[in-house]
Amino acid sequence: MATTRQGFQNSLEELQQNILRMGSIVEQVIAQSVECLVRQDAKMAREVVTGDVVVDDLELQIEEQCLRLIATQQPMAKDLRRIAAGFKIITDLERMADYSVDIARTAERILETGQPLIKPLIDIPRMAELSQVMVKQALDAYVREDTELAYTVAKADDQIDMLHNQVFRELLVFMMEDPRTISQATYLLFVSRYLERIADHATNIAEEAIYLATGERKELND
Amino acid sequence: MQPKIRITNLNFYYGTNWALKDINLEIRPNAVTALIGPSGCGKSTFLRTLNRLNDLIEGARLSGELLLDGRNIYAPDVDVVNLRKRVGMVFQRPNPFPMSIYDNVAYGPRIHGIRNRRKLDEIVEQSLKSAALWDEVADRLRQSAVGLSGGQQQRLCIARLLAVEPEVVLMDEPSSALDPISTLKIEELIRVLKAQYTIIIVTHNMQQAARVSEHTAFFLNGEMVEYDETEIIFTKPRDQRTEDYITGRFG
Repeated sequence: MATTRQGFQNSLEELQQNILRMGSIVEQVIAQSVECLVRQDAKMAREVVTGDVVVDDLELQIEEQCLRLIATQQPMAKDLRRIAAGFKIITDLERMADYSVDIARTAERILETGQPLIKPLIDIPRMAELSQVMVKQALDAYVREDTELAYTVAKADDQIDMLHNQVFRELLVFMMEDPRTISQATYLLFVSRYLERIADHATNIAEEAIYLATGERKELND
Repeated sequence: MQPKIRITNLNFYYGTNWALKDINLEIRPNAVTALIGPSGCGKSTFLRTLNRLNDLIEGARLSGELLLDGRNIYAPDVDVVNLRKRVGMVFQRPNPFPMSIYDNVAYGPRIHGIRNRRKLDEIVEQSLKSAALWDEVADRLRQSAVGLSGGQQQRLCIARLLAVEPEVVLMDEPSSALDPISTLKIEELIRVLKAQYTIIIVTHNMQQAARVSEHTAFFLNGEMVEYDETEIIFTKPRDQRTEDYITGRFG
């Protein structure tokens, strides 16, 4: 790209780097929140809960950066869309981190009951892995203006929804068979629901990537 | 809606220089149309074809059709003086006549034969009010216009224009020589005036185009590259050349 606005260009790249950095922290937090549940690790769960402040700070910092660019550079067209999309993306990322905190707190509650896991967790970790990939791909789609990749994210969301339904049916069977599992099964159902919401937010980011690339608003969450 | 001005296959040459290339455009009434583009792109030339100011340039040649309310303004029977009354122009640098504020505004109506004192007073007051200048000069109408600030002078020039009751107002960088506050006053004035007039403004200030206009045309090398609603031009232009220009990444 031509260099008539090199300073502005540098600032935009810095903004994207910060968003990517926030994204990779959020990916990590999603992974940890489910890992502490699977491994029944109270210390790790606490770390996820207390670590949320890092994501919150980063969100504020990036928000200020966006505002500063709008106030000082009068961005237009794709530059404007990039900043507007950035604004929304960090809100989605922050929300994902909050859901991860909810998952970690749920892990803590399950631990407090002293009841071992009613079943080995398989689908929930798969959902976590899948949603991490979605976050990464959605952010790559944003940075690279890659609409195809953005649609891939939307497809992955369908898979998450399917897994969530599967988890629901499975836990329902557990609860029907043995009422003593109801409490934990309900907690696990929450976790599945949180992951499903995380994936929806990743899909929102994919929508922002499409908006940036094309100027069109596409509804991918359905 | 019937366009106020319809331009069809307009070509314009300065000698061998092809300054406007096959321009097609419809200007809507009672709205603001902004013309943007880098220096030398033809936007000012285009503006001047709309009231035949280019006629005065030697070696200038024009083809195509420019209809004002459906009538060709380049037809042989058109009275150019009357055309320029209907299609007035505000220039980059305020150019008040070296006479009193009152006489500046009354100049046009007098030329067009109005002699009645009370009628002239009325026109002067109304025009100055329309140009948002009345409150600042009502007590010194007999003083020289040259003593006004740049922003006031520009609004005086607008009042002088309004005094002859034009239908179309052409503005060629009307605030590029003004300070930011005067600039905003002119922009606010444009917003009010469009209810009554059709306004076409050439501006280098893209934020200004974005603020004041409903439609924007982007010119480059004598071509009109893109014309659309202003909002679309500044958020999702279709042409890469428009994108490069408005984002300031012009090669």
